[in-house]
Amino acid sequence: MTQTEILVIGGGPAGLRAAAAAAELGAQVLLIEEMDWLGGQLVKQTHKFFGSKEQYASRRGIDIARVLAEELDNHDRVTVWTGAPVLGIYEDGVVTAQKDNRHVKIRPRRIIVATGAAEKVLPFPNNDLPGIYGAGAVQTLMNLHGVLPGRRVLMVGAGNIGLIVSYQLLQAGVEVAAVIEGAPRIGGYLVHASKIRRAGVPILTRYTIKEALGRDMVTGAVIQQLDDHWQPVPGTEQTLEVDVICLAVGLTPLADLLWQAGCEMRFIPELGGHVPCRNHLLETTRPGIYVAGDVSGVEEASAAMVEGRLAGLAAARSLGYGGPEAESCIENALEQLHGLRSGPAGDKIRSGLKKLLGEEGAVC
Amino acid sequence: MEMRITEHPIVQFNRGLKVKFTFDGRELEGYEGEPIAAALHAAGVKILGHSPRHHRPRGFYCAIGNCSSCLMVVNGEPNVRVCVEKLQEGMIVETQQGKGVIK
Ligand SMILES: Cc1cc2nc3c(=O)[nH]c(=O)nc-3n(C[C@H](O)[C@H](O)[C@H](O)COP(=O)(O)OP(=O)(O)OC[C@H]3O[C@@H](n4cnc5c(N)ncnc54)[C@H](O)[C@@H]3O)c2cc1C
Ligand code: FES
Repeated sequence: MTQTEILVIGGGPAGLRAAAAAAELGAQVLLIEEMDWLGGQLVKQTHKFFGSKEQYASRRGIDIARVLAEELDNHDRVTVWTGAPVLGIYEDGVVTAQKDNRHVKIRPRRIIVATGAAEKVLPFPNNDLPGIYGAGAVQTLMNLHGVLPGRRVLMVGAGNIGLIVSYQLLQAGVEVAAVIEGAPRIGGYLVHASKIRRAGVPILTRYTIKEALGRDMVTGAVIQQLDDHWQPVPGTEQTLEVDVICLAVGLTPLADLLWQAGCEMRFIPELGGHVPCRNHLLETTRPGIYVAGDVSGVEEASAAMVEGRLAGLAAARSLGYGGPEAESCIENALEQLHGLRSGPAGDKIRSGLKKLLGEEGAVC
Repeated sequence: MEMRITEHPIVQFNRGLKVKFTFDGRELEGYEGEPIAAALHAAGVKILGHSPRHHRPRGFYCAIGNCSSCLMVVNGEPNVRVCVEKLQEGMIVETQQGKGVIK
């Protein structure tokens, strides 16, 4: 049985920041990441990020991942396991993981779950054909392994992910037939939309996919216009010849471990689906289990980093580390989060959090 | 069409050694350490198996080991997620029939 004071599950921006913050206050930390590399979603992001300077704005995601991982090298209180999926969190507080093909047990005093989010799928006929991939999968194949997903792509979803991945496809030399979006407006930032429009790719709003064509793999897609009530308009079908259909229809918290641990969950659409109830310091209804990043509500890397820091500080303080210095660090992190979420871009998150936490920020 | 990216404006790919492996008896090439699914895709193989009940063709979907859409038999072992399993010299990769048989 491996002992540790704080166990961080997930090595994305939230988990990396959580581990660094807890170690900074003096706690001993074990961080476990399923993949062979650290950085989570960031390692696939070749574009420059928005956000404030504290969160490394205007640097590329891949570079931010490197900086965050290197930060941990300065902390000798942090141990990192990569290539090790965490399998379960049990009633007695024991956590199990797979490491070097063995089943290992860990007994932590506090747990921070920072497992990120999973991609949603969309129901339509033939949506299971080879050639239909999540946007994240296309990014992984293309930006991490250097293999093109196909020749010509239909992108479904014009949020930031759909727009950015379309641009990355163009950069890699793949043709994008169109980006379609069911809503009447483009969801992502207009800078990203303009870049792909300038490259000649049409962005069709109020459009959905009616079906995928093909027997063994995708050979085309039928798209169709939607009316004001999201109902398909007969006679507006168009057939596109594509060999890849890429779904960028949103993310949902990857919360299996929290469900299994018995944390209370609530369905909040603004936060991406079922999210864990927690207090303003990110502790769930199961004492000693904290959450941070997309698993606590799908947002952005900037917020994930600050939440990670907050959870790391709060968990370390609850073990008696940090003294008065911890208080001011926590206040500072709370202020930063508040700042990130103010303004029109934070509307959705604010309304979701209000449903989850109530006006006072208490556990729901 | 060449599926491997050789020149990219931002990313540099550090590929491992070139290795040989077989897919349903056919000899293919890939790079050591890359996911088996990436090597297959680069070789033009998109259909990785068929669903157990309705025999619908299956390709990868999530590419990070979360969805189980890409299960194959590797070196005799069934239900291997080839989107995360690393390619090694001489691997025997086969299409899985049904739920697979543990030997
Ligand atoms: C295309 C795209 C573009 C984006 N652009 C921006 C942008 O411009 N600006 C911005 O701020 N944000 C952007 N984001 C969002 C940002 O990447 C995410 O919000 C952020 O990565 C969330 O961080 P996280 O640490 O919560 O989760 P993740 O980055 O998803 O990390 C979670 C980690 O946990 C690991 N894990 C999961 N389950 C387990 C387990 N059981 N055991 C062990 N490890 C596990 C995963 O392997 C992963 O490494 C973008 C996202 C995408 C997909
Ligand atoms: S494609 Fe999802 S597990 Fe392999």
